[in-house]
Amino acid sequence: MPMGDLGFSAQYPLVSHQSVDEIVAWRKGVAITVAQFLEDVAQLAAFMPTGKYLLNICYDRYHFTVGLAAAIVSGKVSLLPPNHTPEMVRQLKDFAADVFCLHDSANCTIGLPLMLYPAERDIPPRELTKREIPEIDALQQVAILFTSGTTGRPLPHSKCWGALVRNVRAEAECLGLLNDRSYAILGTVPPQHMYGLESTVMVALHSGNALVSGHPFYPADICEAIQMLPVPRVLVSTPVHMRLLFESELDIAELALVVSATAPLSPQLALAIEAKTQCPLIEIYGSTETGQVASRRPTQSDEWQLLPGVQLTQRGTETWATGAHIEVPVPLNDVIETTRENYFLLCGRTSDIINIAGKRGSLASLNHLLNSIPGVLDGAFFMPDEISHDHVTRLVACVVAPTLDSQVLIQALRERMDAVFLPRRLIFVDELPRNSTGKLPREALKTLIEAEVGKQLA
Amino acid sequence: MQETNLVSPLSNASLQLEIAELMVQSLNLEVAPEEILSDSPLYGDGLGLDSIDILEVALVVSKRYGLQLKADNEDNHKIFSSLGSLTEYVAKQRTR
Repeated sequence: MPMGDLGFSAQYPLVSHQSVDEIVAWRKGVAITVAQFLEDVAQLAAFMPTGKYLLNICYDRYHFTVGLAAAIVSGKVSLLPPNHTPEMVRQLKDFAADVFCLHDSANCTIGLPLMLYPAERDIPPRELTKREIPEIDALQQVAILFTSGTTGRPLPHSKCWGALVRNVRAEAECLGLLNDRSYAILGTVPPQHMYGLESTVMVALHSGNALVSGHPFYPADICEAIQMLPVPRVLVSTPVHMRLLFESELDIAELALVVSATAPLSPQLALAIEAKTQCPLIEIYGSTETGQVASRRPTQSDEWQLLPGVQLTQRGTETWATGAHIEVPVPLNDVIETTRENYFLLCGRTSDIINIAGKRGSLASLNHLLNSIPGVLDGAFFMPDEISHDHVTRLVACVVAPTLDSQVLIQALRERMDAVFLPRRLIFVDELPRNSTGKLPREALKTLIEAEVGKQLA
Repeated sequence: MQETNLVSPLSNASLQLEIAELMVQSLNLEVAPEEILSDSPLYGDGLGLDSIDILEVALVVSKRYGLQLKADNEDNHKIFSSLGSLTEYVAKQRTR
């Protein structure tokens, strides 16, 4: 199998900043220098258990980043699953028996050996020089991200240091973040997923800029967090957060750039956001398997431009991504129409794959989980037709389970899957409209659901 | 009866029903507003809302009652722990 070109450089530094006095993070209004960061990393690394794998669920983005870096300098691998349900934690233990959990919450209930992120102490950093920034082997495995596979078992996607670094350097260049200004990069997404890891953490470490520890939730929080940062500021977000922020009609302080990913923005919202913020909005297209693949400015073009070195090839009906930082060629889960060299249009998802609020799942996998619940004789999830890009469409499930009630069933599903995939409507039926080969055509399921919903409303 | 609660239970009850109606409308929930009980949890076991739902509800509540929800600390989870706690918060913070 051809590997992406990772031999570019044998090592990359932990952070690419030019001096240890530069700012690498903002936390509650306080600037954190590279020297302080390296001190925090060394302190945390010294106290980490011996296990090779950790689940880093720190909520504070700075804590997460120190945890990630401490793991890297100790040769450990961060496991980043799509959710933290009890079932997922069990699967992680199967994957790596010695896995421990790094967290920063007062009441962590994850069923693994726990390591609490130490309370902040004011230890001044040792005198450091740039030469002491650790150099990390490009081929060192630093993270494994998981996607939900089609059989209910999570699929691991290994990330080596060089691939992550090359990817975010290409991103920083494409976003225009490689100049002598120091950008504060604020994210509304958690750092535990591929998009958040790359665009709110790694990109700051490898473009000489600063990440922001906060994790603003409500529109008013986002506006306040922006206000507190020095200019120039970058907001990294999603279509849902942007729509809510826009609809809140709050004032947004000066931004240099807005970045969006997880799902395509509607053209209207993209225009509205640019008009309100008076800055460019760039969308990123990527996946957990590939990292970032392409970008576009939706107010100027529908076409996506591939990142330098990334190539798309057609294999039958599938489009595969290769090249640059992509470690193993991967089929994409979208229908892609190439328009000219290095440019393409997205024409919808391939049928089995769903994306709810940026979390990707496969209907086959959700159906597998549903049918593994004792008492469920047959069952299927259904994704209703989308109302709009910027709204979150929720699943419906049809089940044959004469001995179960909806509360018991929902509780059983909650233990097995991410809450975003829980069915918003749960319809009990006598049987599913399977055809003679046992297949369940989407149209037949749709007709059944519409009839049942009609009955309920009548 | 708590001394800090300046709003009479009666008006809180009608406010609570109004908020339940907003929730059902904005999230297309399958329950009748009257069926959402004051103390049933919104997250997890009760209505099973997730953080995206909470953001949607926060937006309509902010607009309807002229207040801004903030999550500086863990209050966010407290406010949205039940319909009753959300109602209490809105009753105290509303400007319209």
